[in-house]
Amino acid sequence: MESCYHCGDSCGEHALAHRSKFFCCSGCKTVYDILHENNLSYYYDLDKSPGNTPKDFKGRFDYLNNPEIKAKLLDFDEQATQIASFTIPAIHCSSCIWMLENLSKLRTAIKSTQVNFPEKSVRITYNAEEISLKDVVELLCMLGYEPVISLDDFNKKERNTDRSLIYKLGIAGFAFGNIMFLSFPEYFEVEEFWLDRYKPVFRALMLIFSIPVVVYSARDYFISAFKSLRSRMLNIDVPITLGILVLFLRSCYEVITNTGTGFFDSLAGLIFFLLLGKLFQQKTYAYLSFERDYKSYFPIAVTRLETEGTQRETQIPVYEIKPQDRILIRNGELIPVDGILIKGDGLIDYSFVTGEAEPVSKKTGDTVFAGGKQQGGILELSVTKAVEQSYLTQLWSNEIFQKERQNELDSLTTKISKHFTLGVLGIALAASLFWWFVDPSKILHVFTAVLIVACPCALALSAPFTLGNLLRITGKHKLYLKDAGVLEQLADIDTVVFDKTGTLTSASKEAIRYSGESLTEHEESLLTNTLRASNHPLSRSLYSMFQDYKIKFLDDFEEEPGMGITGTLKKQEIRVGSYAFVNALPPEKQQLADSHTSVHIATQTGYKGCYTFQSTYRGALKLVFRELSKTAELVILSGDNDSEQSKLNRLLDVPVAMHFNQKPEDKLKFIKSLQQQGKKVMMIGDGLNDSGALAQSDVGIAISENVNVFSPACDGILDASRFEQLPAFIKLARNGKRVIKWSFVLSLLYNVVGLALAVSGNLKPVYAAILMPLSSISIVAFTTLCTYYFGNRLKKPEEDETIFKS
Amino acid sequence: MSIIYMLLAISVVVALVFFAAFIFSVRKGQYDDTYTPSVRMLFEDELVKNTESSAEKNQQSITNHSDRKSK
Repeated sequence: MESCYHCGDSCGEHALAHRSKFFCCSGCKTVYDILHENNLSYYYDLDKSPGNTPKDFKGRFDYLNNPEIKAKLLDFDEQATQIASFTIPAIHCSSCIWMLENLSKLRTAIKSTQVNFPEKSVRITYNAEEISLKDVVELLCMLGYEPVISLDDFNKKERNTDRSLIYKLGIAGFAFGNIMFLSFPEYFEVEEFWLDRYKPVFRALMLIFSIPVVVYSARDYFISAFKSLRSRMLNIDVPITLGILVLFLRSCYEVITNTGTGFFDSLAGLIFFLLLGKLFQQKTYAYLSFERDYKSYFPIAVTRLETEGTQRETQIPVYEIKPQDRILIRNGELIPVDGILIKGDGLIDYSFVTGEAEPVSKKTGDTVFAGGKQQGGILELSVTKAVEQSYLTQLWSNEIFQKERQNELDSLTTKISKHFTLGVLGIALAASLFWWFVDPSKILHVFTAVLIVACPCALALSAPFTLGNLLRITGKHKLYLKDAGVLEQLADIDTVVFDKTGTLTSASKEAIRYSGESLTEHEESLLTNTLRASNHPLSRSLYSMFQDYKIKFLDDFEEEPGMGITGTLKKQEIRVGSYAFVNALPPEKQQLADSHTSVHIATQTGYKGCYTFQSTYRGALKLVFRELSKTAELVILSGDNDSEQSKLNRLLDVPVAMHFNQKPEDKLKFIKSLQQQGKKVMMIGDGLNDSGALAQSDVGIAISENVNVFSPACDGILDASRFEQLPAFIKLARNGKRVIKWSFVLSLLYNVVGLALAVSGNLKPVYAAILMPLSSISIVAFTTLCTYYFGNRLKKPEEDETIFKS
Repeated sequence: MSIIYMLLAISVVVALVFFAAFIFSVRKGQYDDTYTPSVRMLFEDELVKNTESSAEKNQQSITNHSDRKSK
């Protein structure tokens, strides 16, 4: 079997041979030709088969001519220079970068393009006097790089990337290095005349360098500590702040009174390491968004039918739709508002909203809800509600979406820091009391030394480095988590709630069964060619089963939306569709037709049989449930009816509570009620209908067949192929928590050594300067080794999944 | 022996220059995307001399293709 030179897909029987290369379709061939003729075939040298099959885009981007929409999409618009940024999920390799950055070789009006690979976005500078925005987008589409333009772009905010952490880190690092350099002579206590003479200058410089570190770099710690104290809590930032302040004040005092060098080097180093930990924990997946709502899926524009005066179609932004407007929805378009069907037969795929796989058919006069995708002919709708008031979008007005979650409150570090802070203060006071009787002149020295040495730098670094490492490890295994806090939550999970459709079942692999009279080869070929002409989702999945037949052109083809299709070739007719459409169904098959999605086949000689679609459960389902049931309670929540209950019961050999016919709000409430019983709930779902539950749960994981395309707001995105590793991920999180505890013990040991020095009044700056980095670095090394040890236990799954077919 | 003032001043100035360079590079957005430039630098330079006329020819061939596609 040949694979396509452009996109790498297998070409099947109908490979197109062209210039001694093979292509899977004419789209791929066209892109190759364009690149070849323009001397851009270096594209194929960078990576093997780097391309994407271009999709049909004709007319789809007409709305880009609307000046209002155009203005919203452009980042910069001034006479002959326009800048637009697009997100292009298809960007996946170095060839893509090269291709997109060489767009100017295809069109001179495009001045420059810059790809941001981690964000999968491209920034195009062009001249609007020579090329329109629509042409730019269509050029991208033609090359197979279709940009995603959604309602989200309409409210595009000025993207101001937060670079303050890098600045703070830079300043702390700069000061750390220079202060260390300046305090070098004092480390070795060289009795050198000139150095002794200039000591005050060196010290003054150190003081100056440390000021921006304390004032700017450490600012977040002061703020956090202040907030925590105000809410009567003792988080880890309280002892850190105490340490920083005491370090700084005592050092200043020593330098000004000329009694010592101070601890400026330790101070800058401490803040530098702390910030480094913060940066390390801040691992993000720039191209994944964990905050998406319906806006990322809704179109930015819609076709409105002007009824006043002459009838014409205009493209208007979705936000401008008002009740009573007439709008047109074409095949494959998403319905953005609630409305009443005026004209056309609706066959609406709500899988996106409800998770239900079967399209719903709607007749004139029926109410149509936002969020569905039309499959079939053109629809005319009379709008009843504007976008924000629509049924689906109302879900987002639930308070759960407004609330920002406070993971910090019950994190391990916060719990321990309370005891730690009280302990340190206790020791400091006890030591001061002791010296009161022995040598009162040393009280202040000892008291501050205790606070300095106890500053929990290593303690504060344990969690960020452990969790940061684990985030990277899970990312490698295709579980992308929002932040480190999620991992700590994951370790405490005791209830796991699953959505059914799309989560437990696999969307791509549907089992198709045929029952009835077997078809002759000729009939099968006719059926395949008829299916080929239809865009209905059922036709598409059925067609993918047969693909090996040669393409023939039908003499006649008719599609009745919502009913079925008819194909004619050489006076042979075939009818494919619902029972009513093929109008012959033996009564004994009636039962079958009721409980499953099925496609019936009839030729002019009579009824032949039907193909039944069944949802396929993910291969590892049984194992995953068995593993999870050891440590957690399991629940299935489904928006579907209970027809699958008995099958699920048979499939799973552990107790699972099941609830069917759950609306999005029901799921949210169910999770809430579990939490009120004191349970830690993890929700695993996929569709927009789960988004309420995902937001409410302690850990909401969205499962996705393609992580670039779809996921509602959640705490983490799991690639569907790694579903079977779910129990292993939870185990990893629990082990991670264990590593944090071990490193706490380790860092407390350092503190004991330091405290012994401090209490006995022997803490010299050079000891602090050694102890502080030593403890930090050894903690980092320890957590890294441990996490990689546990991470290696996560085996890569075998590639081929076994599918349970019933 | 006040040369040490001079030496200190020079060392601080050199450090500050590098520090300023760092701030400048962050501000310019060089730290926003740390991956793409690493790939970009490996591309071959100018494979073909892109003259005015060849660019025009390119545009023509694209228009041809899009015509063919829409048919």
